[in-house]
Amino acid sequence: MSLDADQVKKIAHLARLKIDDTDVPGYVTNLSNILEIFEQMRTIDTANVTPMSHPVEAVQRLRDDEVRETDQRDVFQALAPSTENGLYLVPRVIE
Amino acid sequence: MSDFHTLSLSDLAGLLQAGEVSSQQLTEYFLARIKQYDDQLNSFITVAEQQAMQAAEAADVRLKNGHTDALCGVPFAHKDIFCSEGLRTSCGSKMLDNFISPYDATVVHQLKQAGAVMLGKTNMDEFAMGSSNETSYYGVVRNPWNLDCVPGGSSGGSAASVAARIIPAATGTDTGGSIRQPAALCGITGIKPTYGTVSRYGMIAFASSLDQAGPMAQSAEDCALLLNVMTGFDEKDSTSLERDKEDYTHALNLPLRGLRIGLPKEFFAEGMNVAVDAVIQQALQQYKAMGAELVDIELPNSHLSVPVYYVVAPAECSANLSRFDGVRYGYRCEHPENLTDLYERSRGEGFGAEVKRRIMVGTYALSAGYYDAYYLKAQQLRHLISDDFKQAFETVDVIMGPTTPGTAFRIGEKSDDPISMYLSDIYTIAVNLAGLPGMSIPAGFANNMPVGLQIIGNYFDESRLLNVAHQYQQGTDWHMRIPKGFE
Repeated sequence: MSLDADQVKKIAHLARLKIDDTDVPGYVTNLSNILEIFEQMRTIDTANVTPMSHPVEAVQRLRDDEVRETDQRDVFQALAPSTENGLYLVPRVIE
Repeated sequence: MSDFHTLSLSDLAGLLQAGEVSSQQLTEYFLARIKQYDDQLNSFITVAEQQAMQAAEAADVRLKNGHTDALCGVPFAHKDIFCSEGLRTSCGSKMLDNFISPYDATVVHQLKQAGAVMLGKTNMDEFAMGSSNETSYYGVVRNPWNLDCVPGGSSGGSAASVAARIIPAATGTDTGGSIRQPAALCGITGIKPTYGTVSRYGMIAFASSLDQAGPMAQSAEDCALLLNVMTGFDEKDSTSLERDKEDYTHALNLPLRGLRIGLPKEFFAEGMNVAVDAVIQQALQQYKAMGAELVDIELPNSHLSVPVYYVVAPAECSANLSRFDGVRYGYRCEHPENLTDLYERSRGEGFGAEVKRRIMVGTYALSAGYYDAYYLKAQQLRHLISDDFKQAFETVDVIMGPTTPGTAFRIGEKSDDPISMYLSDIYTIAVNLAGLPGMSIPAGFANNMPVGLQIIGNYFDESRLLNVAHQYQQGTDWHMRIPKGFE
C-alpha cells in the first residue's frame, strides 16, 4: 500500500494540518513505508476474534448526573489567544 | 554531608525523617546540580526554583511537626506532560509553549499532598511521540553516559536527569515503552504499572488506551515509594480502576526461590545485539543462582506488535490531538484568513514533523473505507497478543528479556527513518497493548553503555515485579553506577 502526493494532501486536510508543498514528498515516503508494515497484519485470520476495547476488560463507569464542577470560565479564557465578553474569537465564518 | 546525589530517594527520605537534613538544604543542593550540569544534558524544560523553595519550606514545617509521609521533603521532577498549576506545561511542543496550566494533574496533586518537592519539568519527545527525545521542540536531550547518544524517549529528560543524579527521581509516562526504553538506555530503574492503576487525569493524552504513568528512579525500592503515592482510584479518569490502595514496599524482601521466569523465544531472536544478549544472559544466570527457574515460553503473535501499535496509537492520537485548534489555548497562527486557515496553519505550524506524521497515519486508518482493514483488525490482533501473555502467565510468574534490542544510539542516527526508530520499542510495546505492568532495571553495560533487563508481570503484579527487581539490586551494583563527569 503506498500513497501519492494528492492522497497525502487530502489526509492532511482531513486532519486540518497545513503541510508545506516542499514537505509533501517526504510525507509520501514516510507514510507509505508505515502503511507497508501494516500489511503484516493481513497474514493472520481474525474472523472470530473480538476486538479488544480495554486492556483489563473494565466497563464504562457511570455516575449520578449532578453538577460537580464550578464555573471557571475566566480562568480558562485567560489562556485563549483571543476572547471578548466571555466568547472565543475566530475569523468571521458567516459574511 | 555534601554527596546527597549519591544517595537514593529512600536514603534521602530517611535523612529527612531523622531530621539530619532539611528539605530546603536538599532542594538547594539539587537545584545547584541542575544549574551546574543541565547545560550538557538539556534534560529540563522548566526549572521551578521559586515554587520548589516554597514547597521545601512547607515540607520542613511538616517534618518538624512529626509528619511521617515517606516522601515529605524529597526533591524530584515531573515529565512535562503532567499539568501543573501555574507552571508552563508544554508536552515538548511549540503548540503548548505558552500554556500555563490552570490545574494540577492527579499525579501532581498526589505528590504535592505527600510533601514531595517538585524542582521542575523534564524534557520529552513532542506529545510523547518518539523514542529518542529528538522530536522535542526544546531540543534533544543527551545521554549522560555518552553525550553524543540519545537518552531514549519519550521520557528522555526524566531518564537522563536521574541517571546523572541531578535529581533523585522523576515521573514518566509509557505508551509504547516511554518509561522502560529510556530507563534502559540511561541505566536507571523505571516501572509502567498495569493500565488503569495510575490516574491519567491531567496527563496530556497521546493514546488513551495505552498511556500509563509511572516512576523513574535509581532503584526498585525508590520506585515502590513513588508508586505508593501515585496509584489509586480517581473518579476523574474514566478508565481508572477501583482497587484498594496497596503498599508496594511490602513484598520487596521476599526470597525468589521457586520463582518461574518465562523467556519468550521471540525476545531472543535475530536482530538483537550480541553484547546486549551477553549481559541479559548473565542477569538470568544470577536469577538462577537466587533460586529462580528459567522456563522457555512463546508469544507467537508478538511480532505483530509493531504494526498493531502503529495503527492503534496514531488512531487514538489523531482523535486526542484534534483538541488543539488554535482557539481555546495553545499556539495560534498569525493573521488567519478564515476559520479553516486558522485550524490548518495553527496545527501545521504548532506541531512538529513526527506528530504530524502520526496524526496523518491515524486519520487515514480511521477514514471511511479503511476502518475495518486497519483499526478493527489491529484491535482484534491486540486481543491475540494479549491472550499470548495470558497463556504464558498460566505457567510462569514473570517474563524477562532485554528492554531494547541495542544500547543508546547516536543522535541523528535514526531521526530520518521513522520505521527504524519504531523498531527500537519492539520489546516494550506488546506490554502496553496487553495493558500489563513492565519494568526495566540496569543489568550491566555493553560497549560502555547501559543495558536494561525488562521484567513483565501479570495484571496488578507490580509488587512482585518490584520484589524481583529489588532482590537483584541487593546482589548487584549496576543501579548505583554514576556516569563519568557527574560523580
